[in-house]
Amino acid sequence: MAEAVKRANVDMAIAYPITPQSEVMHLVGDIYAQGHIKEYYRAEEELGTMSAIAGAARAGVRLFTATSGPGLLRGLEAIVSWSGHRVPAVLGILTRVVNAPLSIQPDNIEMAYMMHCGAVMLHAENQQDTFDYTLAAFAITEKVDVYIPVAVATEGFFVTHAKGYVDMTADDICLNDFDPVAAPVPAMDNETPPARIQRDAPVQKSNFMSYLIHSVWQQEIWDSNQRAMKYIYEYLGGPIEVQNPEADVFVLGSGCAAAQCREAHRYAQEEGLSVGFVKVKAIRPFPVDEIREALKNAKAVIVPEHNIIGWLCKEVKAAIPNGGIVVEGPRVYGGMTLPVELIMKEIHTALGLEYDLKL
Amino acid sequence: MSLKYITPAERFKKYLPKDYVELVDYGPFGKTQDEAGPGNMGQFKELMEEHPMCSGCWMAYFIRLIFASLPAPEETVTLGTAGCGRLAISQAAVPFIYGNYGDQNAMASGLTRAFRIRFPEKHKDVITIAGDGGTMDIGFSMTMHSWIRGEKFTTIMLDNEVYGNTGGQESGMSPKGAILKMAPLGKKGEKMPATALAQAAGCVYTVRLSPTNIKKAAKVIRRAIFVAREVGPTFVHAYTSCNIEYSIPTEDVFADAKEKEKTRFQFEEYMTDEAKAVIDRVEAEEKAAKRAKKAEVV
Ligand code: SF4
Repeated sequence: MAEAVKRANVDMAIAYPITPQSEVMHLVGDIYAQGHIKEYYRAEEELGTMSAIAGAARAGVRLFTATSGPGLLRGLEAIVSWSGHRVPAVLGILTRVVNAPLSIQPDNIEMAYMMHCGAVMLHAENQQDTFDYTLAAFAITEKVDVYIPVAVATEGFFVTHAKGYVDMTADDICLNDFDPVAAPVPAMDNETPPARIQRDAPVQKSNFMSYLIHSVWQQEIWDSNQRAMKYIYEYLGGPIEVQNPEADVFVLGSGCAAAQCREAHRYAQEEGLSVGFVKVKAIRPFPVDEIREALKNAKAVIVPEHNIIGWLCKEVKAAIPNGGIVVEGPRVYGGMTLPVELIMKEIHTALGLEYDLKL
Repeated sequence: MSLKYITPAERFKKYLPKDYVELVDYGPFGKTQDEAGPGNMGQFKELMEEHPMCSGCWMAYFIRLIFASLPAPEETVTLGTAGCGRLAISQAAVPFIYGNYGDQNAMASGLTRAFRIRFPEKHKDVITIAGDGGTMDIGFSMTMHSWIRGEKFTTIMLDNEVYGNTGGQESGMSPKGAILKMAPLGKKGEKMPATALAQAAGCVYTVRLSPTNIKKAAKVIRRAIFVAREVGPTFVHAYTSCNIEYSIPTEDVFADAKEKEKTRFQFEEYMTDEAKAVIDRVEAEEKAAKRAKKAEVV
């Protein structure tokens, strides 16, 4: 992630430590020390970090920060206002448990809280995705017709603290400088006409005009979110990946659950079972049409997840007309790994076959 | 460039709202303190017209005074938070950023640093203006850390010793014993020692005042801004009574401010040597410019 930040020619990064994110902002600090970033500091806590990102965005610079689990929730008050404030920043989310009893172990339930703030959200499967998505995130967030934050999530420890080969662009090429003029709202730098005296002042009068202003603005934010889809096609080849589209049963996952689905798909191929695989890369905008198309002939779709509530499963159920075919789980959380055998058991059950589950 | 951001093309003027054109033609931007300062405050409706605060609110007066005192309104950005104050601040003709609860000093940290990246040769003045709740309670950590980090901007606290906007709850700045909503038996703790905290946290210039003297108040606001540009964080702690929650009749608001000046809001000005050097230099320059102008006229 830090390597992508380097190539993204970031102006300013604001850091706050939390396991398992700490290493990202530490490495971003090293990049700052090497002169690739113009400003970097350790903020007071996550709300201060996220608020400072919102402040710096008004001055028209390219911004990055990252957090994890409870840190994300602590910063959420500021983060949920970023989209409405048209903050074009990239947020790294290195996921971690938030529920009590507290643990530093990985799961991705915090993403459920992020899904409704208007930000574009990408979910990386592995180290390669983390690099690619982060770099793409900067390009997407700054598009004039998007201009809302992009969050790149990946699983803490399972991805952040594991090694993997990454194909990177040469480190002597980087994104062009941030252009504060190419924006749907001008920076508040008192330089750029036309004047914008207030940026996103509250709409608190109790009258129809204030209701209307809020509603129009929110619709525009979610439209901006939708408009990011064409750039997800451009930079990531689309919001989903599909294998074996003619299959009867599908395994569908995002993040590192997608890696386990991929493995289960491979086992199933070896056994000659009619199983397909869908990886969801974009959580927001959610690829409703693409998933519908991919699952249009499916008899069952198994959605393994790294959280207790099954937010992805709920999204898929809501997206397809025949939601009854969705198999909820298997789900693991609180640091548990997701054995491929658990997915294989569900595949066999969906196909009406016996499976001797041995873990 | 800065003044140009408000200047419309001549041919569009006739289509623009009259208020906007007047702001450009006659407003306080680009003028000196003698021309547009507190002495001529009444001339510049652009500073703040028809504020939406309670009649006689001392905070509304002080906010107007802040705007009249700005060394460079055309290069200034203000930040605020929830509270009565932001109703008036957001109506003035100086850019205003409204953040989340109490996060104005964290936002200002990001904004100031980003301005320095983009405009290393210019002074872009950043000022947070928030109430006692936003500055010392909800935003306490962010206020303190912005000072501890030495962020170069000015913090102005509008201390009305109560949560006026939400209907009169006690704040950390309410005096001990005050009976307020959520303090039905009288506030238990002491009023927080704001200027002492500011000094301990690294503010290089702090003032506590009850703004009864317009010229004196304007002078310290300007000092705070000049010092923040060059040296470090500065803090102005001003008494701005809430006449509603403390039941001060409108006609007695000034007398009350005078009274407070003798007790909790005795004038106190603190500056480091570095801050003093900046103040001495800037004020000498201003005097020289004034003298030169006078000589020109003669
Ligand atoms: S409630 Fe108090 S502080 Fe708020 S506007 Fe009225 S008098 Fe001023």
